[in-house]
Amino acid sequence: MNNTVFLNSLRFVLLILAQVLIFNAMNFMDSINPLVYVIFFYWYPIKGNRTLFMLISFLLGFMVDIFSDTMALNAIASLTVAYARPVIMRFCFGVNYEFQNFSFKNTTKVQRITFMALLILIHQLVFFSLEILSFAHILLILKKVFATGLVTLVLCTLFSSLFSPTSE
Amino acid sequence: MQRIINFVLRNRNAFLYGFLLLISLVITIRSHSYHQSKFFNSSKWLTGNVYGSAADISSYFGLREENNRLVRENEQLRKMLFNMKVDSVQPLDSTLTAYEVLSARLIKNSFTSPRNYITIDKGENQGIKQDMGVITTKGILGIVENVSSNFATVQSVLNTKSNINAKIKHSEYFGSLVWTAEDYTIAQLVDIPRLVPLVVGDTIVTGGMSSIFPKNIPIGTIKKYDLNAAGSFYNIDVELFNDMANIKNVYLIENKNKEEIKALEARTLNE
Repeated sequence: MNNTVFLNSLRFVLLILAQVLIFNAMNFMDSINPLVYVIFFYWYPIKGNRTLFMLISFLLGFMVDIFSDTMALNAIASLTVAYARPVIMRFCFGVNYEFQNFSFKNTTKVQRITFMALLILIHQLVFFSLEILSFAHILLILKKVFATGLVTLVLCTLFSSLFSPTSE
Repeated sequence: MQRIINFVLRNRNAFLYGFLLLISLVITIRSHSYHQSKFFNSSKWLTGNVYGSAADISSYFGLREENNRLVRENEQLRKMLFNMKVDSVQPLDSTLTAYEVLSARLIKNSFTSPRNYITIDKGENQGIKQDMGVITTKGILGIVENVSSNFATVQSVLNTKSNINAKIKHSEYFGSLVWTAEDYTIAQLVDIPRLVPLVVGDTIVTGGMSSIFPKNIPIGTIKKYDLNAAGSFYNIDVELFNDMANIKNVYLIENKNKEEIKALEARTLNE
Protein backbone atom coordinates (compact mmCIF):
# COMPACT_ATOMS: atom_id res chain seq x y z
CA MET A 1 0.00 0.00 0.00
CA ASN A 2 2.72 2.42 1.02
CA ASN A 3 4.57 1.54 -2.10
CA THR A 4 1.57 2.50 -4.24
CA VAL A 5 1.19 5.85 -2.47
CA PHE A 6 4.86 6.62 -2.92
CA LEU A 7 4.85 5.54 -6.56
CA ASN A 8 1.83 7.65 -7.39
CA SER A 9 3.17 10.71 -5.58
CA LEU A 10 6.39 10.38 -7.51
CA ARG A 11 4.48 10.05 -10.78
CA PHE A 12 2.39 13.10 -9.84
CA VAL A 13 5.46 15.31 -9.40
CA LEU A 14 7.48 13.92 -12.30
CA LEU A 15 4.58 14.10 -14.74
CA ILE A 16 3.94 17.76 -13.88
CA LEU A 17 7.61 18.59 -14.36
CA ALA A 18 7.84 16.60 -17.59
CA GLN A 19 4.69 18.24 -18.91
CA VAL A 20 5.61 21.85 -18.18
CA LEU A 21 9.34 21.70 -18.85
CA ILE A 22 9.55 19.31 -21.79
CA PHE A 23 6.23 18.79 -23.52
CA ASN A 24 4.88 22.34 -23.20
CA ALA A 25 8.06 23.58 -24.89
CA MET A 26 7.99 20.92 -27.59
CA ASN A 27 6.01 22.92 -30.20
CA PHE A 28 6.10 20.01 -32.61
CA MET A 29 5.18 21.21 -36.12
CA ASP A 30 4.76 24.71 -34.66
CA SER A 31 1.58 24.05 -32.77
CA ILE A 32 1.45 20.63 -31.15
CA ASN A 33 2.15 20.42 -27.45
CA PRO A 34 1.09 16.93 -26.35
CA LEU A 35 -0.62 16.69 -22.95
CA VAL A 36 1.31 13.65 -21.85
CA TYR A 37 0.36 13.81 -18.18
CA VAL A 38 -2.94 12.13 -19.12
CA ILE A 39 -1.06 8.85 -18.66
CA PHE A 40 -1.49 9.40 -14.91
CA PHE A 41 -5.15 8.37 -15.28
CA TYR A 42 -4.09 5.26 -17.13
CA TRP A 43 -1.57 4.27 -14.47
CA TYR A 44 -3.61 5.13 -11.39
CA PRO A 45 -4.71 1.96 -9.50
CA ILE A 46 -8.14 0.72 -10.52
CA LYS A 47 -9.34 -0.15 -7.06
CA GLY A 48 -8.42 3.10 -5.38
CA ASN A 49 -10.92 5.38 -3.67
CA ARG A 50 -12.78 7.19 -6.42
CA THR A 51 -13.31 10.43 -4.47
CA LEU A 52 -9.61 10.65 -3.70
CA PHE A 53 -8.79 9.93 -7.33
CA MET A 54 -10.94 12.83 -8.48
CA LEU A 55 -9.36 15.19 -5.98
CA ILE A 56 -5.86 14.14 -7.03
CA SER A 57 -6.73 14.50 -10.71
CA PHE A 58 -8.12 17.96 -10.12
CA LEU A 59 -4.94 18.94 -8.29
CA LEU A 60 -2.76 17.48 -11.04
CA GLY A 61 -4.58 19.45 -13.71
CA PHE A 62 -4.55 22.59 -11.63
CA MET A 63 -0.80 22.41 -11.02
CA VAL A 64 -0.20 22.10 -14.76
CA ASP A 65 -2.54 25.07 -15.22
CA ILE A 66 -0.66 27.30 -12.84
CA PHE A 67 2.59 26.48 -14.60
CA SER A 68 1.30 27.06 -18.10
CA ASP A 69 -1.04 30.04 -17.42
CA THR A 70 -4.10 28.26 -18.79
CA MET A 71 -6.61 29.35 -16.12
CA ALA A 72 -8.26 26.08 -15.00
CA LEU A 73 -8.54 24.28 -18.34
CA ASN A 74 -6.33 21.34 -17.48
CA ALA A 75 -8.11 21.01 -14.15
CA ILE A 76 -11.52 20.73 -15.82
CA ALA A 77 -10.26 18.27 -18.42
CA SER A 78 -8.51 16.08 -15.83
CA LEU A 79 -11.48 16.13 -13.48
CA THR A 80 -13.81 15.06 -16.28
CA VAL A 81 -11.50 12.23 -17.31
CA ALA A 82 -11.25 11.05 -13.71
CA TYR A 83 -15.02 11.15 -13.31
CA ALA A 84 -15.61 9.28 -16.55
CA ARG A 85 -12.89 6.67 -16.08
CA PRO A 86 -15.08 3.86 -14.64
CA VAL A 87 -17.49 4.20 -17.57
CA ILE A 88 -14.64 4.07 -20.07
CA MET A 89 -13.19 1.03 -18.32
CA ARG A 90 -16.49 -0.80 -18.45
CA PHE A 91 -16.70 0.04 -22.14
CA CYS A 92 -13.19 -1.22 -22.89
CA PHE A 93 -12.78 -4.20 -20.61
CA GLY A 94 -16.37 -5.33 -20.11
CA VAL A 95 -17.92 -6.00 -16.70
CA ASN A 96 -15.06 -8.20 -15.50
CA TYR A 97 -12.94 -5.16 -14.57
CA GLU A 98 -14.98 -4.94 -11.36
CA PHE A 99 -13.76 -8.34 -10.14
CA GLN A 100 -11.05 -8.53 -7.51
CA ASN A 101 -8.48 -10.31 -9.63
CA PHE A 102 -8.69 -7.96 -12.61
CA SER A 103 -5.40 -6.54 -13.82
CA PHE A 104 -4.03 -5.09 -17.04
CA LYS A 105 -2.14 -8.33 -17.62
CA ASN A 106 -5.36 -10.16 -18.51
CA THR A 107 -6.33 -7.63 -21.15
CA THR A 108 -5.35 -7.48 -24.78
CA LYS A 109 -3.19 -4.77 -26.27
CA VAL A 110 -6.08 -3.45 -28.35
CA GLN A 111 -8.21 -3.04 -25.23
CA ARG A 112 -5.48 -1.11 -23.45
CA ILE A 113 -4.82 1.20 -26.39
CA THR A 114 -8.55 1.85 -26.82
CA PHE A 115 -8.73 2.70 -23.13
CA MET A 116 -5.84 5.12 -23.44
CA ALA A 117 -7.18 6.64 -26.66
CA LEU A 118 -10.58 7.29 -25.04
CA LEU A 119 -8.98 8.92 -22.00
CA ILE A 120 -6.93 11.15 -24.27
CA LEU A 121 -9.88 11.96 -26.55
CA ILE A 122 -12.12 13.10 -23.68
CA HIS A 123 -9.30 15.07 -22.13
CA GLN A 124 -8.37 16.91 -25.35
CA LEU A 125 -11.97 17.51 -26.35
CA VAL A 126 -12.79 19.20 -23.04
CA PHE A 127 -9.50 21.07 -22.99
CA PHE A 128 -9.61 22.56 -26.48
CA SER A 129 -13.35 23.31 -26.52
CA LEU A 130 -12.99 25.36 -23.36
CA GLU A 131 -9.71 26.91 -24.42
CA ILE A 132 -11.11 28.29 -27.65
CA LEU A 133 -14.72 28.55 -26.36
CA SER A 134 -16.37 29.40 -29.65
CA PHE A 135 -18.63 27.35 -31.89
CA ALA A 136 -17.41 29.34 -34.87
CA HIS A 137 -14.03 27.66 -34.45
CA ILE A 138 -15.33 24.10 -34.31
CA LEU A 139 -13.03 23.05 -37.16
CA LEU A 140 -10.00 24.50 -35.43
CA ILE A 141 -10.98 22.66 -32.24
CA LEU A 142 -11.35 19.34 -34.07
CA LYS A 143 -8.06 19.87 -35.89
CA LYS A 144 -6.26 20.56 -32.62
CA VAL A 145 -7.92 17.62 -30.85
CA PHE A 146 -6.97 15.27 -33.66
CA ALA A 147 -3.37 16.44 -34.13
CA THR A 148 -2.46 16.83 -30.46
CA GLY A 149 -4.40 13.71 -29.49
CA LEU A 150 -2.55 11.58 -32.00
CA VAL A 151 0.89 12.73 -30.84
CA THR A 152 -0.18 12.32 -27.21
CA LEU A 153 -1.41 8.80 -27.90
CA VAL A 154 1.86 7.79 -29.54
CA LEU A 155 3.91 9.24 -26.69
CA CYS A 156 1.67 7.72 -24.00
CA THR A 157 1.84 4.28 -25.62
CA LEU A 158 5.62 4.57 -25.66
CA PHE A 159 5.65 5.66 -22.04
CA SER A 160 3.35 2.90 -20.90
CA SER A 161 5.56 0.24 -22.48
CA LEU A 162 8.76 1.88 -21.24
CA PHE A 163 7.68 2.26 -17.63
CA SER A 164 5.14 -0.51 -17.31
CA PRO A 165 3.81 -0.88 -13.77
CA THR A 166 4.86 -4.26 -12.42
CA SER A 167 3.13 -4.49 -9.06
CA GLU A 168 -0.37 -3.64 -10.29
CA MET B 1 -33.26 14.24 6.58
CA GLN B 2 -31.61 10.87 6.91
CA ARG B 3 -32.57 10.10 3.34
CA ILE B 4 -31.19 13.37 2.02
CA ILE B 5 -27.87 12.71 3.72
CA ASN B 6 -27.85 9.18 2.36
CA PHE B 7 -28.61 10.49 -1.10
CA VAL B 8 -25.75 12.98 -0.94
CA LEU B 9 -23.36 10.33 0.39
CA ARG B 10 -24.35 7.87 -2.28
CA ASN B 11 -23.76 10.42 -5.04
CA ARG B 12 -20.81 12.11 -3.40
CA ASN B 13 -18.64 11.68 -6.48
CA ALA B 14 -21.15 13.42 -8.70
CA PHE B 15 -21.47 16.25 -6.20
CA LEU B 16 -17.71 16.55 -5.89
CA TYR B 17 -17.44 16.63 -9.67
CA GLY B 18 -20.04 19.38 -9.90
CA PHE B 19 -18.43 21.39 -7.14
CA LEU B 20 -14.89 21.27 -8.52
CA LEU B 21 -16.19 21.88 -12.05
CA LEU B 22 -17.96 25.00 -10.86
CA ILE B 23 -14.83 26.36 -9.18
CA SER B 24 -12.67 25.81 -12.24
CA LEU B 25 -15.30 27.17 -14.61
CA VAL B 26 -15.50 30.36 -12.55
CA ILE B 27 -11.71 30.76 -12.70
CA THR B 28 -11.66 30.04 -16.44
CA ILE B 29 -14.55 32.22 -17.52
CA ARG B 30 -13.46 35.15 -15.39
CA SER B 31 -10.06 35.07 -17.07
CA HIS B 32 -11.67 34.77 -20.49
CA SER B 33 -13.29 38.16 -20.15
CA TYR B 34 -11.15 40.00 -17.63
CA HIS B 35 -7.52 39.87 -16.62
CA GLN B 36 -5.48 36.79 -15.97
CA SER B 37 -6.12 35.39 -12.51
CA LYS B 38 -4.11 37.24 -9.85
CA PHE B 39 -3.49 34.16 -7.75
CA PHE B 40 -3.04 31.33 -10.21
CA ASN B 41 -0.33 32.31 -12.65
CA SER B 42 3.25 31.36 -13.35
CA SER B 43 4.80 34.45 -11.78
CA LYS B 44 4.55 32.84 -8.35
CA TRP B 45 7.45 31.60 -6.23
CA LEU B 46 7.23 27.87 -6.99
CA THR B 47 6.55 28.10 -10.72
CA GLY B 48 9.02 30.94 -11.18
CA ASN B 49 11.83 29.04 -9.51
CA VAL B 50 11.14 25.83 -11.42
CA TYR B 51 11.14 27.70 -14.74
CA GLY B 52 14.16 29.73 -13.62
CA SER B 53 16.28 26.66 -12.91
CA ALA B 54 15.24 25.03 -16.17
CA ALA B 55 16.10 28.22 -18.07
CA ASP B 56 19.50 28.35 -16.33
CA ILE B 57 20.35 25.12 -18.09
CA SER B 58 18.69 25.62 -21.45
CA SER B 59 19.95 29.19 -21.91
CA TYR B 60 23.46 27.85 -22.55
CA PHE B 61 22.38 26.29 -25.81
CA GLY B 62 21.69 29.58 -27.58
CA LEU B 63 24.46 31.71 -26.13
CA ARG B 64 26.42 32.32 -29.32
CA GLU B 65 23.35 33.27 -31.32
CA GLU B 66 22.10 35.54 -28.53
CA ASN B 67 25.52 37.21 -28.25
CA ASN B 68 25.56 37.90 -31.96
CA ARG B 69 22.11 39.42 -31.75
CA LEU B 70 23.13 41.72 -28.91
CA VAL B 71 26.37 42.74 -30.66
CA ARG B 72 24.41 43.61 -33.79
CA GLU B 73 22.08 45.73 -31.72
CA ASN B 74 25.00 47.49 -30.04
CA GLU B 75 26.49 48.15 -33.44
CA GLN B 76 23.27 49.77 -34.57
CA LEU B 77 22.97 51.84 -31.41
CA ARG B 78 26.60 52.99 -31.69
CA LYS B 79 25.96 54.07 -35.26
CA MET B 80 22.98 56.10 -34.15
CA LEU B 81 24.97 57.62 -31.31
CA PHE B 82 27.93 58.68 -33.46
CA ASN B 83 25.74 60.14 -36.17
CA MET B 84 23.61 62.15 -33.79
CA LYS B 85 23.84 65.93 -33.83
CA VAL B 86 25.52 67.15 -30.67
CA ASP B 87 22.83 69.60 -29.68
CA SER B 88 20.14 66.95 -29.74
CA VAL B 89 21.80 64.79 -27.09
CA GLN B 90 19.36 63.99 -24.31
CA PRO B 91 20.21 65.27 -20.86
CA LEU B 92 21.72 62.49 -18.81
CA ASP B 93 19.95 63.59 -15.64
CA SER B 94 17.62 60.66 -15.04
CA THR B 95 14.83 62.82 -13.66
CA LEU B 96 14.44 64.51 -17.04
CA THR B 97 14.06 61.42 -19.22
CA ALA B 98 10.54 60.14 -19.88
CA TYR B 99 11.30 56.45 -20.26
CA GLU B 100 13.20 54.03 -18.04
CA VAL B 101 14.49 50.79 -19.58
CA LEU B 102 15.13 47.58 -17.63
CA SER B 103 16.26 44.22 -18.96
CA ALA B 104 15.09 40.72 -18.06
CA ARG B 105 15.51 37.14 -19.16
CA LEU B 106 12.65 35.08 -20.45
CA ILE B 107 12.14 31.83 -18.52
CA LYS B 108 8.94 30.53 -20.09
CA ASN B 109 7.54 31.20 -23.53
CA SER B 110 4.35 29.98 -25.14
CA PHE B 111 2.87 30.70 -28.56
CA THR B 112 0.53 27.82 -29.43
CA SER B 113 -2.50 28.59 -27.26
CA PRO B 114 -5.03 31.35 -28.01
CA ARG B 115 -3.99 33.15 -24.84
CA ASN B 116 -0.22 33.12 -24.53
CA TYR B 117 1.68 34.34 -21.52
CA ILE B 118 5.41 34.74 -21.09
CA THR B 119 7.23 34.56 -17.76
CA ILE B 120 10.33 36.66 -17.02
CA ASP B 121 12.86 36.38 -14.21
CA LYS B 122 12.44 39.83 -12.67
CA GLY B 123 9.71 41.17 -10.43
CA GLU B 124 8.73 43.84 -7.95
CA ASN B 125 12.09 43.69 -6.16
CA GLN B 126 13.85 44.63 -9.39
CA GLY B 127 11.44 47.45 -10.16
CA ILE B 128 9.02 45.71 -12.52
CA LYS B 129 5.47 47.03 -12.36
CA GLN B 130 2.18 46.06 -13.92
CA ASP B 131 1.49 47.52 -17.40
CA MET B 132 5.11 48.07 -18.37
CA GLY B 133 5.77 47.55 -22.08
CA VAL B 134 7.98 44.62 -23.09
CA ILE B 135 10.10 44.68 -26.27
CA THR B 136 13.05 42.80 -27.74
CA THR B 137 15.85 44.02 -29.99
CA LYS B 138 13.61 43.38 -33.01
CA GLY B 139 10.27 44.70 -31.87
CA ILE B 140 7.29 44.63 -29.61
CA LEU B 141 6.52 41.62 -27.39
CA GLY B 142 3.77 42.38 -24.89
CA ILE B 143 2.66 44.05 -21.66
CA VAL B 144 3.41 43.02 -18.06
CA GLU B 145 0.28 41.59 -16.46
CA ASN B 146 1.11 40.07 -13.07
CA VAL B 147 4.09 40.75 -10.85
CA SER B 148 5.35 38.78 -7.85
CA SER B 149 8.42 39.65 -5.79
CA ASN B 150 10.94 38.05 -8.17
CA PHE B 151 9.04 37.07 -11.33
CA ALA B 152 6.44 38.52 -13.66
CA THR B 153 4.07 37.30 -16.37
CA VAL B 154 3.74 39.15 -19.66
CA GLN B 155 0.64 39.13 -21.84
CA SER B 156 2.11 38.41 -25.25
CA VAL B 157 0.93 40.18 -28.40
CA LEU B 158 -0.08 36.63 -29.34
CA ASN B 159 -3.04 36.78 -26.99
CA THR B 160 -6.63 37.22 -28.10
CA LYS B 161 -7.07 39.70 -25.25
CA SER B 162 -4.16 41.84 -26.40
CA ASN B 163 -4.99 45.21 -27.97
CA ILE B 164 -2.13 47.58 -28.75
CA ASN B 165 -2.18 50.97 -30.42
CA ALA B 166 -0.23 50.82 -33.69
CA LYS B 167 0.20 52.98 -36.78
CA ILE B 168 1.51 52.79 -40.32
CA LYS B 169 4.97 54.30 -40.22
CA HIS B 170 4.81 56.62 -43.21
CA SER B 171 1.22 57.83 -42.92
CA GLU B 172 0.55 58.26 -39.19
CA TYR B 173 -2.87 56.61 -39.44
CA PHE B 174 -3.39 54.47 -36.37
CA GLY B 175 -5.40 51.38 -35.48
CA SER B 176 -5.33 48.48 -33.02
CA LEU B 177 -3.05 45.47 -33.17
CA VAL B 178 -4.93 42.28 -32.24
CA TRP B 179 -4.41 38.55 -32.77
CA THR B 180 -6.87 35.98 -34.10
CA ALA B 181 -5.00 32.93 -32.78
CA GLU B 182 -4.31 31.44 -36.20
CA ASP B 183 -0.62 31.92 -36.92
CA TYR B 184 2.06 32.89 -34.43
CA THR B 185 4.04 34.86 -37.00
CA ILE B 186 1.14 37.10 -37.99
CA ALA B 187 -0.91 39.63 -35.99
CA GLN B 188 -3.82 41.70 -37.27
CA LEU B 189 -4.10 45.47 -37.50
CA VAL B 190 -7.71 46.67 -37.52
CA ASP B 191 -9.55 50.02 -37.65
CA ILE B 192 -7.43 51.59 -40.39
CA PRO B 193 -9.87 53.65 -42.50
CA ARG B 194 -10.47 52.73 -46.12
CA LEU B 195 -9.05 55.91 -47.62
CA VAL B 196 -5.54 55.23 -46.35
CA PRO B 197 -3.18 54.18 -49.16
CA LEU B 198 -1.56 50.83 -48.27
CA VAL B 199 1.31 48.93 -49.84
CA VAL B 200 2.33 45.37 -49.01
CA GLY B 201 5.62 45.59 -47.14
CA ASP B 202 4.88 48.86 -45.32
CA THR B 203 6.24 48.99 -41.80
CA ILE B 204 3.90 49.04 -38.80
CA VAL B 205 5.14 50.66 -35.58
CA THR B 206 3.62 51.48 -32.19
CA GLY B 207 1.48 54.58 -32.20
CA GLY B 208 2.30 56.22 -28.89
CA MET B 209 -1.37 56.88 -28.12
CA SER B 210 -1.15 54.78 -24.96
CA SER B 211 1.07 55.46 -21.99
CA ILE B 212 2.66 51.99 -22.23
CA PHE B 213 4.87 52.03 -25.32
CA PRO B 214 6.83 54.97 -26.70
CA LYS B 215 6.25 55.95 -30.34
CA ASN B 216 7.86 54.14 -33.27
CA ILE B 217 8.81 50.79 -31.79
CA PRO B 218 8.85 48.36 -34.73
CA ILE B 219 6.08 45.73 -34.89
CA GLY B 220 6.12 44.20 -38.37
CA THR B 221 5.37 44.65 -42.05
CA ILE B 222 2.10 44.45 -43.97
CA LYS B 223 1.74 40.99 -45.47
CA LYS B 224 -1.73 41.27 -46.93
CA TYR B 225 -4.80 43.45 -46.48
CA ASP B 226 -8.51 43.46 -47.32
CA LEU B 227 -11.61 45.40 -46.32
CA ASN B 228 -13.71 44.21 -43.39
CA ALA B 229 -17.32 43.03 -43.73
CA ALA B 230 -18.75 46.56 -43.55
CA GLY B 231 -16.29 47.76 -46.18
CA SER B 232 -15.18 50.87 -44.31
CA PHE B 233 -12.06 49.67 -42.53
CA TYR B 234 -9.09 47.53 -43.48
CA ASN B 235 -8.13 44.22 -41.89
CA ILE B 236 -4.38 44.04 -42.25
CA ASP B 237 -2.21 40.98 -41.66
CA VAL B 238 1.05 42.10 -40.10
CA GLU B 239 4.06 39.83 -40.26
CA LEU B 240 5.86 40.32 -36.94
CA PHE B 241 9.55 41.23 -36.87
CA ASN B 242 10.01 39.14 -33.74
CA ASP B 243 10.45 35.42 -34.06
CA MET B 244 8.05 34.68 -31.22
CA ALA B 245 9.33 31.13 -30.91
CA ASN B 246 12.90 32.15 -30.18
CA ILE B 247 13.27 34.91 -27.61
CA LYS B 248 15.79 35.01 -24.78
CA ASN B 249 16.35 38.55 -23.51
CA VAL B 250 13.78 41.30 -23.29
CA TYR B 251 13.65 44.98 -22.35
CA LEU B 252 10.97 46.52 -20.18
CA ILE B 253 9.93 50.10 -20.71
CA GLU B 254 8.50 52.24 -17.99
CA ASN B 255 6.86 55.51 -18.82
CA LYS B 256 7.70 57.80 -15.93
CA ASN B 257 4.92 60.19 -16.80
CA LYS B 258 2.29 57.48 -16.73
CA GLU B 259 0.90 58.41 -13.32
CA GLU B 260 0.53 62.01 -14.39
CA ILE B 261 -1.12 61.04 -17.70
CA LYS B 262 -3.51 58.68 -15.98
CA ALA B 263 -4.43 61.21 -13.31
CA LEU B 264 -5.04 63.85 -15.94
CA GLU B 265 -7.18 61.50 -18.03
CA ALA B 266 -9.22 60.50 -14.99
CA ARG B 267 -9.78 64.14 -14.07
CA THR B 268 -10.83 65.04 -17.60
CA LEU B 269 -13.34 62.21 -17.67
CA ASN B 270 -14.82 63.20 -14.34
CA GLU B 271 -15.47 66.78 -15.26
